Parts: sequence; structure tokens; C-alpha cells
Amino acid sequence: MSDMNFRTQAFNKANLKRRRAQSKAFEYFCSGVTGLAVVVLALLLYDIFTDGYRWVDAQFLNSFPSRFPEKAGIKSALVGTLWLVGFTAIIAIPTGVLAAIYLEEYAPKNRLTHFIEVNIANLAGVPSIVFGILGLAIFVRFFGLGRSVIAGALTMSLLILPVIIIAAKEAIRSVPSSLRQAAFALGATRWQVVRAHVLPSAMPGILTGVILALSRAIGETAPLIMIGALTFVAFLPSGPMDEFTALPIQIFNWTARPQETFHELAAGGIIVLLAVLLLMNALAVFIRYRGSKQ
Amino acid sequence: MSDQTPILNAKDLSIFYGDNEAVKSISLPIFEKKITAIIGPSGCGKSTFLRSLNRMNDFIDGVSHHGEILYRDQDLYADSVDPVEARLRIGMVFQKANPFPKSIYRNIAWGPNINQLGGNLDLRVENALKQAALWDEVADRLDDSALNLSGGQQQRLCIARALAMEPEVILMDEPCSALDPISTLAIEDLIEELKAKYTIVIVTHNMQQAARVSDYTAFMENGVLVEFGETDQVFTRPKEKRTEEYVTGRFG
Repeated sequence: MSDMNFRTQAFNKANLKRRRAQSKAFEYFCSGVTGLAVVVLALLLYDIFTDGYRWVDAQFLNSFPSRFPEKAGIKSALVGTLWLVGFTAIIAIPTGVLAAIYLEEYAPKNRLTHFIEVNIANLAGVPSIVFGILGLAIFVRFFGLGRSVIAGALTMSLLILPVIIIAAKEAIRSVPSSLRQAAFALGATRWQVVRAHVLPSAMPGILTGVILALSRAIGETAPLIMIGALTFVAFLPSGPMDEFTALPIQIFNWTARPQETFHELAAGGIIVLLAVLLLMNALAVFIRYRGSKQ
Repeated sequence: MSDQTPILNAKDLSIFYGDNEAVKSISLPIFEKKITAIIGPSGCGKSTFLRSLNRMNDFIDGVSHHGEILYRDQDLYADSVDPVEARLRIGMVFQKANPFPKSIYRNIAWGPNINQLGGNLDLRVENALKQAALWDEVADRLDDSALNLSGGQQQRLCIARALAMEPEVILMDEPCSALDPISTLAIEDLIEELKAKYTIVIVTHNMQQAARVSDYTAFMENGVLVEFGETDQVFTRPKEKRTEEYVTGRFG
């Protein structure tokens, strides 16, 4: 080994040039595709804003639907969506996060657990209308909850539970096991390890998943139509057993009308829906920021 | 060798990963307030053995064992033993420093706090940091994140965290393998000082380290305990040929 040969190896310069060109080409391709997506999104937003912005005012937010476009508003739909998402969050977040904690931290790694996990992943891909049919059969008819807020929230919870469970499981799994070991070696119980170390570390990821899932619930229309949420509601729900409507249903209803003015109202409704979504995302960013500072 | 009774005593202990026997019928006493080093090539089962001493193998799926480990003449794996309590008395320092992503203070205070060990918590944190020779470096920034410390400081913090529990035994799994020589020396000095109060079992790849710090040395190979004795004897007059070959660096 004493007679090492450090001569520079000959290499193909043209080949290197080609490799660099490939690398650049891929970079341009990726940025091009990204740009295309952004442009399409921007066009959609522009279209909606030009159609709808002049309708979005206090009167629009404060009025019930009407046959006359200039009197129509989305009060009942906006309030109905808030009720629906509120109850969905109350039901789905604890259930989903606790299920994820159980599956990741407590469940034995056996075939039954594996079977459950695979099926949760499959459920995340089931079309929402199927959840609507299930909600209609179970919550509306069998439990006799009718077309109420709570029936809608339960149906939406079923729909987003798989999403929450999968996101929370990923977040919990990404907590390094060395942290758990350190805590166990100090005489901690499983619950103390989970509460003090696993959950705080996993919280940003869990939160992201929860917000994404709730955003999906806000935008879903099909299951609500299936369970019979009303399209024309001139009152506000005052409790979980009341009938309701929601933003996407109101938007759907307006777009289905022949008059052009109602289409502009629909665009106004979309702007409100987007605003609600942005607010929720901002809230999530804020909570994450506060969590990371501690 | 020694006529005192061991604080920990493995008797005919075999440990399996599924069907794979990683530790084969080991009988090894751990003497109180002594440093016992376990040396051997990678994959010889020394870490697996170490982790069985405070039941950290409980968390690995498919691990089972035969034989017994006595802790002060009580079977560590008896149904009546709560593994959480066992880990309270037998602490552990890991190969890679694993501080909690919290402040220096809370890293050390957490264990005593959840176990309600009582006493003045501030004083306990200070003592632990002093014993781990870290106090002078961090006294004025206890609220800083532990993740801002250097690698060597983080490992000493992990030792301080174990010390704050006032365990009887501290298990160390290659505590210096990720550290530079200066940090390694600092931790070796520390280990020698801790001997006065604690029983220490240290797994190491580094034979010089074993020779420097330990009172007893066990040499393992392929899951078998080849030789166990006082460190001087194992390194200068090994009884087994394999031990001699290993400690003189002819293989492994």
C-alpha cells in the first residue's frame, strides 16, 4: 500500500457538461410547473374577485338568502358553517389524536393493529359522498338526529377522522425514540412520556394535520347535500339539534340559478369561504409560532 | 476476586431477539460502587446486556430472555417488580446525547419532579450539575435550551440528569463514542469521581478507556462472556487467548 497512485483520473469533460445541462433543465422544468400552478390559481382568484368583490359588504354578511339578489346574503350559511366546523372540531380532534396516540404509543405491533392502520389509510381515500350516505343512514335516520347541525358534524367527523389520525400518527412517529428512552430511563410512565415529551414535540405536525382536515370539512358539499342540509335557510341555528345550511351549499345553490347576478353572489360567497380558510390557517401558524417559542 | 455481594447479578442470562440469541447464558456480577466495563466487538451483545439491567429492552418488540437478573437479591423481572421503579434506581446514559428540547434546568428537574423525589429542586439541579462538572459552564444560563450546548456538554447534561435521580446504579452505553478526545477525557474524569457514590456499568468500544476507568472488565464476543475479572488482570494477564488477542488489538 506504500506506493499509492494519486494521478488525476482522466474524465470526460463533455460528459460533465451534459450532466450539468441535465441538472439545469430539470430545475427549469420544476420551476415552470410550479409557475404554471401559481398562474392558474391566480387567474381563478382574479376571476372570482372581479365577479364577487362588490357584493361582499356588511349587508351581504348580515342578510339571509333571498329571491332578490340585492337583498340576499350569507348570514345563515356563514353561521351554519361555523356551527358545523365547531362541532366537527370538538368531535374529531380529540378522537383522532387519541386514536393516533393509541396506535403509535400503546397498541401492540400485531396483525390486528396493522389491519386497523391499513383500513384507516383506505378510509382517507373513500369519496365524501359515501360518508354522506353513511351519515344519512346512521345519524339522520337510525339515531333520528334529523337534518341537524350535530348530524352534519358527526358525518364530517367521520370524513376527516382518517386524515387527522394519519397526520397525527406521522407527527408522533417523527418524534425521535431517543427522547422516549431518555424519559423512560428517568422512571417515567408511558403517559408521562407521552404528555411531557411526545405530544409537545409532535404538536406542530398534529396541528397542521388538524387544520388541513378542518379546511376540508369547510369546503365539503356532497355529504351535506346527502344528509339533507337545507339550501334555503332564513334563520340561524340556536343549538346542535337545529337545521342548518353551510357556505358551500349556499354557493352551490346560487351557481345553479339561471340569473347572472346570483353567479356573482356565488363568487362573493367563495370570497367569504376563502377568508374563513385563511383565518384558520393564520390561527394555526400563530399557534405553531407560539409553541415553537416555548 | 471480591467477597462483597454484588448489587446486580446476572445469572445464566440469555436474551433473544425473536429466535436470535444475542446474549448467551451470561453470569456476571456487578459490584457496588465499582466501575465495571463491558468491552467487545460491535454486535457482541454488550449493549443488549446493558439495557436488560434496567429493563430498557422492554420497549423493543420481540425481545425475550431466560435466566435472571438479581438486583439486591430480588429478581428484576419478577411480576412484583414495577419496571418504572427499577429504572428509578438504575439510571442510564445513552450513546448519543439525548437532552430534552427544553431548558437546561427543566432537563434535570423533570425526572425528580415527576417522581416527586421532594427536597429543594433548585438545590438538586445545582448538585447534579456540579457532580457532572457542568455547573460552572451553565450556572448563568439555566433557562437556555439544552440544545444550544456543545456535544460534550450535552452528554454531561445527560449524566447530570441521571444523577439528579440519585440512582444506585448508572448504566452508560458508549457515552463517549460521539465525542472528541477532550470531551471524552472530561467524562472519564467525571466517571472516576462518581465511583465514590454510584455503581457504574459502562459499555465501551475503546479499550484504553476501559483500562483507564474501570475496576472490573468483562469481555464479550458473539453473545458469550469470554472473560470477567479485575481490569488489571484482564488487560495484563488475561486467562483466555481470545481476550488477549482482543485487548492487544490483534482483532476486533
